[in-house]
Amino acid sequence: MTAETLARSGPLQQLTDRLAELPRTVQVVPESFVAMIDLRLDPAGAAGSDVVSYLGVDLPTTPSTWVETDAVRVIWLGPDEWLVTSLSRTPQDLEAGLRDAVHGRGAVVDVSGQRTALRLAGEHARDVLSAGCAIDLHPRFFRRGAAVQTLLGLASVVLLALDDTGTSYHILVRSSFAEYLARWLLDAAIEHSDS
Amino acid sequence: MQLITCPYCGPREEVEFHYGGQAHVAYPADPSALSDEEWAHYLFFRDNPRGPFAERWVHALGCRRWFNAVRDTATYRFHHIYRLDEPKPETT
Ligand SMILES: [Zn+2]
Repeated sequence: MTAETLARSGPLQQLTDRLAELPRTVQVVPESFVAMIDLRLDPAGAAGSDVVSYLGVDLPTTPSTWVETDAVRVIWLGPDEWLVTSLSRTPQDLEAGLRDAVHGRGAVVDVSGQRTALRLAGEHARDVLSAGCAIDLHPRFFRRGAAVQTLLGLASVVLLALDDTGTSYHILVRSSFAEYLARWLLDAAIEHSDS
Repeated sequence: MQLITCPYCGPREEVEFHYGGQAHVAYPADPSALSDEEWAHYLFFRDNPRGPFAERWVHALGCRRWFNAVRDTATYRFHHIYRLDEPKPETT
């Protein structure tokens, strides 16, 4: 008898087939295992500048914005709080690096398991969001670099605009709400099916 | 739906906010010196004006920050919204 290896799985795994059947104009793609670190510190203090040199990018201080480098994305969550995400770094590595830089002058917590990430893309991506989100999503206001914490459907999300045309978004949702939100998106996408 | 202007995030729907009661209720300097009645007044007794009222609110489903607001309890209109580190605006 050989020991079984447990495969990593996400909360949207059972919906993979249904999400794959979505029309071309509304694509929902789960992004698995994103490293996410919650960072809290005074951006004006010394910890702030040490973190900036570690990350290689300024912490965004304008509310509801995000910035990125090749390795990380930094999302504004509050005047003293950011979410640092990465697809290329492990949560352990990113947390340890940030903790070194902060050096006790703030808080660094691995929250990778807290939220599930998904990409919403396509010609009708904005229309689908508008069905359940009160934010003004017109690209004149909500464009690449914007990140709001708000309600989508009845789920609390962080919504990021990835382009300037309202056709590409990144959604972070509490993992326990991820299936609900994916089913809500499947339902909202019906009216935009190709046929 | 009514919009409330978070001092950080800007105008958002009221469902994103939670109410936190009367603002500027100072914690007693020496709680152990208070009588039961005085302590009960601190804990449970609040103003209940008809008109402008300074209140605490939290942007619970957004940035999760507390702030203060002067709201008219008769009209629901928000007259002032200010951060916790800003003084209470003059109201007439
Ligand atoms: Zn806010």
